[in-house]
Amino acid sequence: MALIEIRDIHKRFGDHPVFKGLSLSVEEHQVVCLIGPSGCGKSTLLRCINGLETIQQGEIRIHGDRMTGPGVDVNALRRDVGIVFQSFNLFPHMTVLENVTLAPLRVLRQNRKEAEAKAMALLTRIGLEHKAKEYPDRLSGGQQQRVAIVRALSMGPMVMLLDEITSALDPELVSEVLSIVRDLAAEGMTMLLATHEMGFAREVASKICFLYDGRVHEEGPPAEIFGNPKEERTRAFLKRIIEAGRL
Amino acid sequence: MSSLDGAPPSPAEAPGGGRRFRAASPPREATSWATTAVLVALLLIVTSWVTLNGVRSALAELKIGSVYTNILLAIVGVGVCILALPALRSLKAARGGRAALAAGDVIAARVASAASRDLAWYTFGFAGALATLLIVVQFLIANDLAVGRTFFLLPLIASSFWLVLEAFWTNVYIFCVAEVLVLIWGLVVAVARLAPGVAGKPIRVIATLYADVFRGLPAIINIYLIGFGVPLTGLPILSDFSQETFCIMALTLTYGAYVAEVYRAGIESIHWSQTAAARSLGLSYMQTLRYVIVPQAVRRIIPPLLNDFIGLQKDTALVNVIGTIDAFNQAKIIASNHFNLSAVTTVAILFVIITIPQARLVDRLVERDQRRMRAGGS
Repeated sequence: MALIEIRDIHKRFGDHPVFKGLSLSVEEHQVVCLIGPSGCGKSTLLRCINGLETIQQGEIRIHGDRMTGPGVDVNALRRDVGIVFQSFNLFPHMTVLENVTLAPLRVLRQNRKEAEAKAMALLTRIGLEHKAKEYPDRLSGGQQQRVAIVRALSMGPMVMLLDEITSALDPELVSEVLSIVRDLAAEGMTMLLATHEMGFAREVASKICFLYDGRVHEEGPPAEIFGNPKEERTRAFLKRIIEAGRL
Repeated sequence: MSSLDGAPPSPAEAPGGGRRFRAASPPREATSWATTAVLVALLLIVTSWVTLNGVRSALAELKIGSVYTNILLAIVGVGVCILALPALRSLKAARGGRAALAAGDVIAARVASAASRDLAWYTFGFAGALATLLIVVQFLIANDLAVGRTFFLLPLIASSFWLVLEAFWTNVYIFCVAEVLVLIWGLVVAVARLAPGVAGKPIRVIATLYADVFRGLPAIINIYLIGFGVPLTGLPILSDFSQETFCIMALTLTYGAYVAEVYRAGIESIHWSQTAAARSLGLSYMQTLRYVIVPQAVRRIIPPLLNDFIGLQKDTALVNVIGTIDAFNQAKIIASNHFNLSAVTTVAILFVIITIPQARLVDRLVERDQRRMRAGGS
C-alpha cells in the first residue's frame, strides 16, 4: 500500500483550474520529485497534501486513511506530514532553538528539557548548534533553510514535503541544504519534492513526475524521464531546462 | 556643438567633444548673503536687548526682579551676541573667496564661498528660532504684562500647585488603569473581528458594530452617559462604582475600539506565510495567533499604540463633565475663585510634561522600525 495515494483530484482557483484529475502515489521510503513549468501546480499539490489548501474533487489518502473532505483532524495530519517552504518562513521573533521547539512543546506537549535536548541534537547534526540562541535574521539563507528543515523534523514526521527549498538561495548555499535532503533520503525518509534542481532530482529521486495541464503528464525513474522521455511536452520542457544550463 | 568661446577645438585635445564642463565655472558671489547675515544678526541682537530690557522692567514691577534676575538677563543679553559669530565668519569666508578668485584659484574660491553660504544660512536658521522666541516674550509682556498676568501669575501658580498636582493623580490613576484594560480589551475585540469561517461571522459582525459605534461616539458624550447614566439605572454593584471607575469604563470602551483597529492592522500585516508555517507544524488557529502572529504584530504596533495612549491620557481631562475632581476641574475651581487662569496653565504644563517623553519614545521606535525595514529584516 502506498504511503500517499492521490486519486483523481480536481482543484480550481476561481476560473483557473489547477488540477484536472491528478493521480499520484508515493511508496514508503520513496523520494518523488515533482518537475514541471512554473504555475503547473507543484507547490499547490504539496500544500493540498498538508491540508493548507482544499481540493474540490477526488481524495488524498495517507496510510490508507482519507485526509481530505470534512471531519479530518488537519492538526493531527500535520504532525505526521512535515513541509518546508521556499521562503523558509522561520518565525523572526524567536531564536533558532525556540523555532525548533515551538511545535514539540505546544503540539506534542513534550517537556521543555526533552524538547530542547532533541532540538539541540538535530541542530548538531546539521552543524548549527552554535546558532541555537541567534535570531533568524542573523543567519544566512542556507542556514535559515536548514533550520526550517530541522523545525519540520522536530515533529518526527513520516513524510516530508519540500517545496522548492533551494529556489530562494544564492547558488553557493544550495549544496548545504541539498546535502541534508540527501542524508534524509539515505535514512529512508519518505519525501515529495517540488524542485528545479534537475541534477539533484536525477541523483536522489526514486521517481520523477512531470506535471502538466493539471495532471501527471509523465512519470518514471529518473534515468527514463531525463534520458528517454516519451511525451512531447516532457521533451520540450527538458530541452528548455538544458538550454538554460540547469541539467 | 561648439564651445562657447568660438572656434571648436579639435576632438583630440577636447575630451568632452568640445563641450564646456559647466561645473567648472567660477563660484557664485557669496558676499551679499554674508552681508545680509550680518545685518540680520545685528537686528536680532538689538531686538533681543530691547526685549530683555522690557522683561527687566516687568520683573521689577512684579517685585520679583532682583540683582540675580538682572545678572541672568545680562548673561542672556551677552549670549545672544553669539549669533554674530557665524555671520562674521561668513563675511570673512566670502572675502577670502573673492581674493582666491582674483588670484585665479577657482577651487579655493569655490570652497570659501560654499563655506560662506553655509555660515550665512546657519545664521538665518538661528535667527529664525530666536525671532520666534522674542515674539512669544513680547506677547507675554505686552499691554503692561496683561498676557503674562492672565496665564502665568506666578504667586497663584505656586500657591495652587500642590492642590492641582494632587488632583492630577486622579488623571494618572484613570489613564494607567484604562491603558491596561484597553490593551486587553482591544486585543479581544481585534481577535473577535478576525474570527474565521461561517461560525465566526456573527462574532465578526458584532465586533465590527462595536468598533464602529464607539469610534464614532465622542469620548465626552460616552463619559457623560456612563458617568451619569449607570448610577441612575440603580443596577446592583454596577451603579455603586466610583466616578473614577465610570471614567475608566467609558475611556476603555472608546479607546478599546481604536486600539482594536490598531491590533487588527498589526495582525493583518503579518504575512500569511507565517500562518502557513505555524499551521503546517500542527499548531491550532488560536495557538498560531498566540505564539506566532500576535507577538510579531505587537512589536509592529507599539508606535501607533503609544499614539493612542497619548490621546487617552489627554482625554482624561474630559472627566470633569461628570464632576470628578481631576486636575482640570480643580484648576477651573481655582480659576473662578481668583478670576485668573494660571492654575489651568499648570494643568496644561503637567499634561505636556507627561506626554513629551512618550512622544519622543514613539519617534525613536518609528525610526528604529524604519531602519530595520530598510535593512531588509522582517
